[in-house]
Amino acid sequence: MTSAPANPAPSRLRARLRAQLPAALALAPAAIIVLVAYVGAMVWTVRLSFTSSKMLPVFDNVGFAQYQRLFNTERFIFSAWHILIFGVLFIAGCLVLGFLLAVFIDQRVRFEGLLRTIFLYPFAMSFIVTGLVWQWFLNPELGLQKVVRDLGFPNFSFDWIVDQNLVVYTLVIAGVWQSSGLVMAIMLAGLRGIDSELWKATRIDAIPTWRVYVSIVLPMIAPMVVTAAVLLAVAVAKLYDLVVAMTKGGPGLSSEVPAKFIMDNLFERSNVGLGTAAATVLLVTVIAILSPWIYAEHLRPKRGRR
Amino acid sequence: MSLALTPAGPKPQHFSVARLGVYAFLAISAAFFLIPLWVMMMTSFKTMDEIRLGHILSLPANPTLAAWFKAWSSACTGLACNGISVGFWNSVRILVPSVIVSIFVGALTGYAMSFWRVRGANALFAVLLVGAFIPYQVFLYPLVRIFSMIGLYSSISGIVVIHVIFGLPLMTLLFRNYYSSLPVELFNAARVDGAGFVGIFRHVILPMSTPIIIVAAILQVTGIWNDFILGLTFAGRTNQPMTVLLNNIVNSTQGEVEYNVNMAATVLTALVPLTVYLVSGRWFVRGIAAGAVKG
Repeated sequence: MTSAPANPAPSRLRARLRAQLPAALALAPAAIIVLVAYVGAMVWTVRLSFTSSKMLPVFDNVGFAQYQRLFNTERFIFSAWHILIFGVLFIAGCLVLGFLLAVFIDQRVRFEGLLRTIFLYPFAMSFIVTGLVWQWFLNPELGLQKVVRDLGFPNFSFDWIVDQNLVVYTLVIAGVWQSSGLVMAIMLAGLRGIDSELWKATRIDAIPTWRVYVSIVLPMIAPMVVTAAVLLAVAVAKLYDLVVAMTKGGPGLSSEVPAKFIMDNLFERSNVGLGTAAATVLLVTVIAILSPWIYAEHLRPKRGRR
Repeated sequence: MSLALTPAGPKPQHFSVARLGVYAFLAISAAFFLIPLWVMMMTSFKTMDEIRLGHILSLPANPTLAAWFKAWSSACTGLACNGISVGFWNSVRILVPSVIVSIFVGALTGYAMSFWRVRGANALFAVLLVGAFIPYQVFLYPLVRIFSMIGLYSSISGIVVIHVIFGLPLMTLLFRNYYSSLPVELFNAARVDGAGFVGIFRHVILPMSTPIIIVAAILQVTGIWNDFILGLTFAGRTNQPMTVLLNNIVNSTQGEVEYNVNMAATVLTALVPLTVYLVSGRWFVRGIAAGAVKG
C-alpha cells in the first residue's frame, strides 16, 4: 500500500521498481528450480557423460569414450530398436484408435457419456497398474490364451509376453489401451468445434461420410492431432514404468528400453558415465524431434495474441 | 478450448447397416477397454484354487474378500509382509503436501508471469516449458547428488520438493494461461486502489481462481499418486509410495504367486485415481485439455 511519491520524476521509476520487487521475488522459486534442477542438472548430466565415473562422479575427461562404449553395448542397441518399434506402433495405434473412437462417439449415439467414461478411465490409472493387469491377463498358462483354448480352439496361441520376438508388441497393446482415451478426448473436442453447416453442405453434394472425415475433417483438426502426437511422443521417451511392471525388460533383453537402461546403469550397475551418456543421447533425440514443434507452437511470435 | 455438449457429427438416418456398424464398433471397443478391469476385479474375489482352473473371465464361484485383506495388511514384498497399506499411507503423506505446495508455487509463478511484467519472465517460462518435455532420466542423477548433499534424499520433504520441481511446468502453464484470460482491467483497478502484489493476489486473483485450482488439483492428485520413478528414486526405503510397493509385491519372486492378492493390491492402488476420475467427470477432461492444448 504505497502512497504517491512526493517528487515525481526520479522516484516514479523507483516506485515502479519497488512495485515490481515482490513480483520478482515471487518468481524466485521458479527461477531457482529452472537454474538448478533443470538447467544445472542437465548440464551436470552431460558433463558426467564425458567422464569415467563409475559409482561416484569423478571429473576427469575421457572424451567420447563412454559414447563409443554405449554404441557397442548390445543392451543399449536393443533398447533403441525396441523404443523405435514401440514408439511408431504406439503413437500410430493411439492416434488411429483414438480418432475412430472420437468419430464414432460423435455420431449422436446413445450412452455417449458412459462410453466416454469407459474409453478414458485407463488413462487415469498408472502405467504400473496397467502393466500388472496386462501381465496377468496375457499370462500364457492361466490368462487369455487358456480361455480361448478352453472355448474349443486347442491350437490357439497367444504367448507373446514370453516370446522374445513378440514381447514388445504386448507393451504396445497395453500402452494403446492406457492412452488412446486421451487421444479420443482431445479429438472429440476438435470434432465438437466443427460447424454443423459442413454436414449439410457435404450431404447436398452427396459426399460419402468417410470421405468427409478423411479429406475435410481430419485436416481441420490437424492441430489436435499434432498435440496428441506430441503428448504420446513424450510418453514414449519416458517409457519406463510400464516395462518395469509388465516385463522387467525380459524375457532376456527383449523388452529393454533406453529409460530403463539409463536407470539401471545410474542406480544399480554403478555405471554413471555410461548411464549419463545414454541420458544425453536420449536428450538430444527428444530435442531433435520436438524442437520444430516447440518453436512453432510456443515460441514463434503470434499475431493478435499476447 | 471448450467442450460443447452436443455432437457435431452428421445427422444419422433412422436405421441402417451403417448405424449397426457404429454400435458394433463402439461395443467391441468398450469390451477391449473394460476386460482388463473385469479380469482384475474378478481375480481379486477368487480363491487360488479357482484361479488355477484358468477361467480368467468367469465370475468367482465363491466370492471372497480374503485376498483383499491379505493385500491390504499382510502381502509380502520379499523383505517384509506388512501389506500395501504401508504404501497407501506413504502415498497420502507424499500426496497432500506435494499437491498443496506445487499448486501454490504454480499459482504464484503464473500470477507473477501474467500480470506483472517482470524482466526475463518469458525466458523463464520458455525454459520451463521445454523442461516439461525432457525425460526425468536426464535430471535424476545430479538431483540425487544435490539432495543427498543437502540432506533431503530419501525423506518425505525430499520427494515433496521433487514433485514441486517436476510439477512446476504444467502448473505454471495452467495458471499463467488462466490468468492471461482474466480481464486486465480488474488488475488495473486494484492497482489504482493502491493494492500491492500480495494484496491483489489474495483479494482479487485467488478468489477468482477456483476453477483452475480444481483442474490443477485433479491433475496433480492423479499424477503424483500414479508416479513411480520419482518415488522409487527419491522417497527412500521407508517412504515408498503405493505404486513402488505394489510393483515390489507383484514382481517379488519369492514363494508361490498369489494372483488374487496381486490383483486386489492392484485395484487398491488404482482406487484413488479412479475415484478422482469418476467423481470429477468433465473436470478431468478439462484438465487434460488445459494441459494439452497450446498456451
